[in-house]
Amino acid sequence: MTLAPIPQDWIFGLIGGLMIGGAAALLLLANGRILGASGILGDVLDGAPQRTLAERLPFLAALIGAPALAVALFGAPETHITGDTAVLIAAGLLVGVGTRLANGCTSGHGVCGMSRFSLRSIVATLVYLGVGFAAFFLARHTLGVI
Amino acid sequence: MRPFISAASGALFGLGLLVSGMTDTAKVQGWLDLFGQWDPTLAFVLGGAILPMLLAWRIAARRRAPLLEGTFPAMPEQRLDTRLIGGSALFGLGWALAGFCPGPALAVLGWGGPGAVTFGLAMAGGMVGLQLAQRLLQRRATVTA
Repeated sequence: MTLAPIPQDWIFGLIGGLMIGGAAALLLLANGRILGASGILGDVLDGAPQRTLAERLPFLAALIGAPALAVALFGAPETHITGDTAVLIAAGLLVGVGTRLANGCTSGHGVCGMSRFSLRSIVATLVYLGVGFAAFFLARHTLGVI
Repeated sequence: MRPFISAASGALFGLGLLVSGMTDTAKVQGWLDLFGQWDPTLAFVLGGAILPMLLAWRIAARRRAPLLEGTFPAMPEQRLDTRLIGGSALFGLGWALAGFCPGPALAVLGWGGPGAVTFGLAMAGGMVGLQLAQRLLQRRATVTA
C-alpha cells in the first residue's frame, strides 16, 4: 500500500484561493459590495459615512480576528517577515499610497475586477505584477537590500 | 443582516489568506522571484479566487439587486490614467520589498508580531498621508482659483 502523497503548497493555495473568491462572491451577491482590502480599510481611515462603517468595521474586525483565532487554536504558520524596520516602513508606505492612488489592490483589482473583465483592473494587475517582478529582482539579486 | 454578512466575508477572506499561505511573505516573494527560486503558489491562489467571482458576476448580471437591498456596483469608467498606473507601480514596489499586500497585511496583524504591526501602521499612514496631501492640494487649488 502506498501512502497518500503529502498535499503540496499549490493545493492549499487553490483551496485558500477558493475561500477568498467565495468571500468576495458572498459580499457581492448579498451586500452588493466589492471585496477590496485597501478600499475597505482606506475608506474607514478617510472617514467613511457612518452607515457604511456598520458594514466595513465588522469586515475588518473579522479579517483581523478570524486568522488570529485560528492561529491561537492551531498554531502560527511561518510569516518570514523581514526584521529590517526601514524596509517594512518604506514598503508599508508604498503599499498604502499606491493602492489608494490606484483605487485597489490584489483583492479589489486582481480578484474582483479581473473576474469582471474590467480593463482598469487588468492593467493595474499587470503593472503591479510587472513592477513587483522587476523590483524584487533588483532588490534581491542586484542591490541585495532584501 | 448586512454587518453579519460583512463579518462572515471578512472571516472567510482572512482564513483563505491563511490557508493559501499568502500570510507567508516568503511565498509571496517566492512568486515574485521569477528569475530565482520561483514559487508558483500565488497563481493557484489568484486563479482559485477568480473562479467563484466569475460565477458571481454572471449571477449578478441576471439579478436586479443583491440579496440584502442596495445595488450591484456599476462598472467604473474605463479610463487608464497616471493615478491608476503610477499607483499600481508604487504598490508593486512596496509589495516586492516586504511581501505584503493589504489583505494579508491585515490578516497577520493580530498574530504576526512587531513586524506585522510596523507594516500595518506604515500602510495606514500612507493611506492617511495621501488623503491629507490631496485635501491640502485641493484647498490650495480652490484658493488660487
